[in-house]
Amino acid sequence: MIESLLNCKDAELTHNTQKATPVVLSTRLRLARNLVGIPFPERASVAQRSDILSSCEEHLSNIDKMKRGNFFDVSDLSDLEKQVLVERHLISRELCESKQGSGVFINKDQTCSVMINEEDHLRIQFMKTGFHLKNVWKQIDKFDSQLEDSLDVAFDSEFGYLTACPTNLGTGLRASVMMHLPGLVISEQMERVIRAVNQLGITVRGLFGEGSDAIGHVFQISNQQTLGEKESDIIDRLGNVLKTVIDHEVNARFKCLEDSRAKLLDQIGRAYGVLRNGHVMTSNEALNHLSLLRLAVDFELLPESNRADIDRFFIESQPGHIQYAANAGIEPDARDVCRATKLREELGSLPALDFDKLADLT
Amino acid sequence: MSESLKCSNCDNQATVHLTQIINSKIIKVDLCEACAQAKGVTDPEGFSLADLLNKSTNESGGEEMSLTCPNCGLKTADFRRTGRLGCSSCFSIFAPLLHPVLEDMHVGTSHKGKAPVVALSRQSAATQLQDLKKLLARAIAEEAYEDAAKYRDQIKCLKKDAVNLEFSQS
Repeated sequence: MIESLLNCKDAELTHNTQKATPVVLSTRLRLARNLVGIPFPERASVAQRSDILSSCEEHLSNIDKMKRGNFFDVSDLSDLEKQVLVERHLISRELCESKQGSGVFINKDQTCSVMINEEDHLRIQFMKTGFHLKNVWKQIDKFDSQLEDSLDVAFDSEFGYLTACPTNLGTGLRASVMMHLPGLVISEQMERVIRAVNQLGITVRGLFGEGSDAIGHVFQISNQQTLGEKESDIIDRLGNVLKTVIDHEVNARFKCLEDSRAKLLDQIGRAYGVLRNGHVMTSNEALNHLSLLRLAVDFELLPESNRADIDRFFIESQPGHIQYAANAGIEPDARDVCRATKLREELGSLPALDFDKLADLT
Repeated sequence: MSESLKCSNCDNQATVHLTQIINSKIIKVDLCEACAQAKGVTDPEGFSLADLLNKSTNESGGEEMSLTCPNCGLKTADFRRTGRLGCSSCFSIFAPLLHPVLEDMHVGTSHKGKAPVVALSRQSAATQLQDLKKLLARAIAEEAYEDAAKYRDQIKCLKKDAVNLEFSQS
């Protein structure tokens, strides 16, 4: 069912070649919305859930942004298809496990996905490659207002937008930025950074949320609080914290180069070698090596033009994508071979690492 | 430990002992195996929420009245157990239980962001007007004049629409 999504050559997170940046991979904003009077998904009957699903689908299909998009009923998707959509950050794990009558509407270039009957009736999500909090807020705000023109959204002057979980009340806004922080991880400063930003009401999670640690040195950093602040203030506050994190990351990278240059370049060189020559590779190993390759682009050891491909492999090396490409639910051992083969072939045309470039940097 | 602790949720012997630091306050919870599972202790986010909810019960002290939402049937016990509301009508019913939770959870306890103006006016122009007036009063009290001007304009618009509607009906 999802072939068209995977074959799409202008998908935001996998094929947006121009806008990828050092440190920040992508920006994601989501809004939680519910309809007046109808019980929230968890307490709604099967009949109510399917009513909500079909009426929301219809309203969404009338919005310009969703023209030529795809709608999927979750119960029509296989486990593997769901996993692929989770790996592309188009749906949540919670939606995969939901009862009958849940769905997702995904627009053509995969910059927007709306989950129906997840924890709330509607979870609207907008994504963009790079660091674009304000721009993405403008887009999602406009989309949300268009949707409200035709749907009766539950709102209270005191509590704001009403959500099933009190942690989302008020704006219902979760702004999240995916950051690549190898400098802070290698120099063992990440724990300190996490503690510091936590005190400012900012949450840090791994690539796939809770418990996914520092795989690929990628972290999702997002606002924790949604009530008591305007959307623009939430975004400004998060943005300011993230700018500081970026500064710390850049400093950590230079410090690594200064203090343990040979060790760092050795790690990058080995990652390059293993990715181009390995024959068996787990998903975590691939992500950690790809992370170092991305760092090589930041250090100009590889041309900037390779960045977008590396970012795409971050997504395409994950277990669901590997199995989907192999056209079968294959065992982890076979997957590791497929993954290594894919990376070997795709990265075979990379130019040699140009270590001389570093001379200008230090 | 000399005395065996009882589960803070039921009376079984507690085997799971948790300490969390929330807003620099130390919160200790003892649970039996079954309640630990039910409360989702394995999920840190879900757990701290249940914890916060428990705390507000303890603070209010003694027995509390059991409330039920007339629209979806959610009861106080359901809300305490899951930390979730059941529908949009729950908020007026459970507001007194919600306020202490929100204080610890968010930057403030009242909404400052955008409002679904069109949807609200369709739902009920009257309640919408009331809501906007509350927002306006608060914005003025907080000297947020930019917001106040925005709300004032929205109120004006709404009144004009209401007048037009009356004309067309008569």
